[in-house]
Amino acid sequence: MQGKLIERACALLESGEVARVIGWKSGELGYDTTPAVFETADELRADFVYGDFCGANLSKYLIKNMKNEGKTLVFLKLCDTYSFNQLLTEHRIKREKTYVIAVGCAGMADPERLRGLGVTGITGICTDGDSYKIDTVYGEKTVAKKDALCIKCLSCKGGEPVVYDEIIGGDVTPPEASDRFEQVRALEAMTPDERFDFWRGELSRCIRCNACRNVCPACSCESCVFDNPDSGIAQKAAVTSFEENNFHIIRAFHVAGRCTDCGECSRVCPENIPLHLLNRKFISDIDHFYGEYQAGESEGQRAPLVNYTEDDAEPSAIYDR
Amino acid sequence: MKFLKKENLSALFEALSADSALYLPTKDKNGKTNYARYSAGMEYSDALNTERSAKDFFFPQTEDLVDFKMEGKTIEVIDIRKPSEDYVIFGVRACDMASFDILDSVYLTDPVDSFYAERRSHATIMTMACSAPSETCFCRTFGIDPASPAGDVQCAMTDAGLYLEALTEKGEALVAKISAMLEESDGAEAAEQGKRCHEIMDRLPLSKLTPDSFGGDTMMEHFRSEKWASLSEACLGCGTCTFVCPTCQCYDIRDFDTGNGIKRYRCWDSCMYSDFTKMAHGNSRNSQLERFRQRFMHKLVYYPANNDGKFGCVGCGRCLSKCPISMNIVKVMKELEDRS
Amino acid sequence: MSMNENKEFRPLIVAFCCNWCSYAGADLAGTNRASYPADVKIIRVPCSCRVNPTFILRAFQRGADGVIMCGCHPGDCHYTSGNYYARRRMTMMFSMLDYLGIEKGRTRVEWVSAAEGAKFAATMNEFVETVTALGPNKRLEDLRCKEN
Repeated sequence: MQGKLIERACALLESGEVARVIGWKSGELGYDTTPAVFETADELRADFVYGDFCGANLSKYLIKNMKNEGKTLVFLKLCDTYSFNQLLTEHRIKREKTYVIAVGCAGMADPERLRGLGVTGITGICTDGDSYKIDTVYGEKTVAKKDALCIKCLSCKGGEPVVYDEIIGGDVTPPEASDRFEQVRALEAMTPDERFDFWRGELSRCIRCNACRNVCPACSCESCVFDNPDSGIAQKAAVTSFEENNFHIIRAFHVAGRCTDCGECSRVCPENIPLHLLNRKFISDIDHFYGEYQAGESEGQRAPLVNYTEDDAEPSAIYDR
Repeated sequence: MKFLKKENLSALFEALSADSALYLPTKDKNGKTNYARYSAGMEYSDALNTERSAKDFFFPQTEDLVDFKMEGKTIEVIDIRKPSEDYVIFGVRACDMASFDILDSVYLTDPVDSFYAERRSHATIMTMACSAPSETCFCRTFGIDPASPAGDVQCAMTDAGLYLEALTEKGEALVAKISAMLEESDGAEAAEQGKRCHEIMDRLPLSKLTPDSFGGDTMMEHFRSEKWASLSEACLGCGTCTFVCPTCQCYDIRDFDTGNGIKRYRCWDSCMYSDFTKMAHGNSRNSQLERFRQRFMHKLVYYPANNDGKFGCVGCGRCLSKCPISMNIVKVMKELEDRS
Repeated sequence: MSMNENKEFRPLIVAFCCNWCSYAGADLAGTNRASYPADVKIIRVPCSCRVNPTFILRAFQRGADGVIMCGCHPGDCHYTSGNYYARRRMTMMFSMLDYLGIEKGRTRVEWVSAAEGAKFAATMNEFVETVTALGPNKRLEDLRCKEN
């Protein structure tokens, strides 16, 4: 499929339909792809890559390309198309300045999970049916693809991409999805003491690198409240457990109802904190109280937290659960 | 060289932790390795590197510096420094050990940072030779031998047990204290393991990487490179690389109004952040390109320019595995190298 | 926590009250001499919708043991719809705090009109009692703010 994407992107660049292409660039170690902007067919042919390590969601990069001349071509996986719609809804990007090629995706692999399986000293990775054959300096390793999937792919949205100008690889089967609220419910079923201990254990590892915030397509404020010395809650590091909680609650709250559950926050966390479980709690509550809602499903939706009905549930409903 | 049988390892930890705190790499419930204070029954993890670097011991993420209390028109300044006690860090890898030299050159040269110095001087460091380096390792690029780390006591762990060699006075004192449980050894097995480690390093993908095209005298050539634009294009401006880096040493000082007084504290800062070194007039580096360039120029050019050619990176590889977009110092070096 | 300590403990309660209904309700409670503990500190806001989730957290950080938000009854908002938005927001926020293991009893939303002085006092009495039983806020405290 990589070849098809390159040829199509080259054709669109050469015809002048698009001025640049946002895609993934190959790295040094076989799995370390980087989002990149390509401006010529030569660059694309040399470095463009689309494979199992293209987990990065490229939609947010469109924001800064909006001020550039001409259209920007972006490759979006199924889940990324939801983020794209959400950005459209929030007027962060313009549809007419973009060209979307939705790419088939069978689930992306997370190098962190390979490391977790004890695979190290990697010198090459190739695909072999349902598994990866990995050459390492310590011998060849075989890892089942499903054991290396990004956490976000375990609850793939499935179905059709929600926005595109064309689809390439539409026949690719998305990974089998499990119930994305399973862990949320498991946490809800715990006692408050257990939940508190669980979250302290997770959030106390936070190094406040802001990767979760900066990668999030819904976190598109020019200047974040946590960076604003006048906001009263600016913080560069979480000095106390309160500040850790504060940052993570507010980060999740600010994207509540706008979060498409693209899972980038958890993918990028250097401390492997399951941040998506905070976002999914909001999603699950919104679904429960205000009706099923999927952010980014279509352009122009009104997010649930900037909306209301007169007979909404009373807050006391949460105390009765 | 001394030797300790593997079955006596917990006895060693018990002995080391008897009269001072002992920290060693151990796996948490998620299977990730980090330093933790030893308590009975804790297992040593031989994972290659801890998730967070060992700089945390001397340069923690946040620390309180001084308190102020206001009463009427008087301000009381309260020195909250507490004396540190002796402690032992076990299992520091060669790269992290080398990073302490870089931190020392910043914090122990005049004016000495008393907070750092206090913690640094009370530590006895037992380093651990690497036996199974990973594809992200490139310490040898900066002249560090993973099989022969510096430190107070150099250790190597094999299937048979632990080989120890004191390298400093502090290290000798420590080894003397536990000498009853140690045997004499020629260290042949450890040397053999070291040789294997070198062979593995040679076969790893970053083995050919050299810093030859960097250093103080390449300053303007690299600074003006047009490649920074594409290199920094996808940078999220997060602080992951900075905070997992064992040599990054920048901090910010802030005041927190507790309602009863002021707490002045410092915390890690990152040159990747938009408010790094922000002053009344604004920020000196306004684009992510400049901020990105600063970080790598500092490690590869400015630091050697001011420190006799010594580089500001130790090749531990944490930024390679942690960067959300997989952009890192190796890619920067390779890209800039092409030009020269 | 032992019963003894509980008796001595007097919680600090922050009540965000909207200017048009709940604050007037509190006023009426005062004029009618309906009593409620002095541990309740009222912060007047133009509308319940002004209450931002960070206000709630900040109140806990700065020493509150319980936080209650009061606004006009749904349908009676001075600005037509402010309390409808606030209702959703606080439902989400307080549910999240519960999810993080913060005791549910420490947060509450109540609609109090300008005519409901008695309800205001009763609500506060009840809330203070609940929070007193829970003891001091430990899970959302900021130790720096507790030192003297």
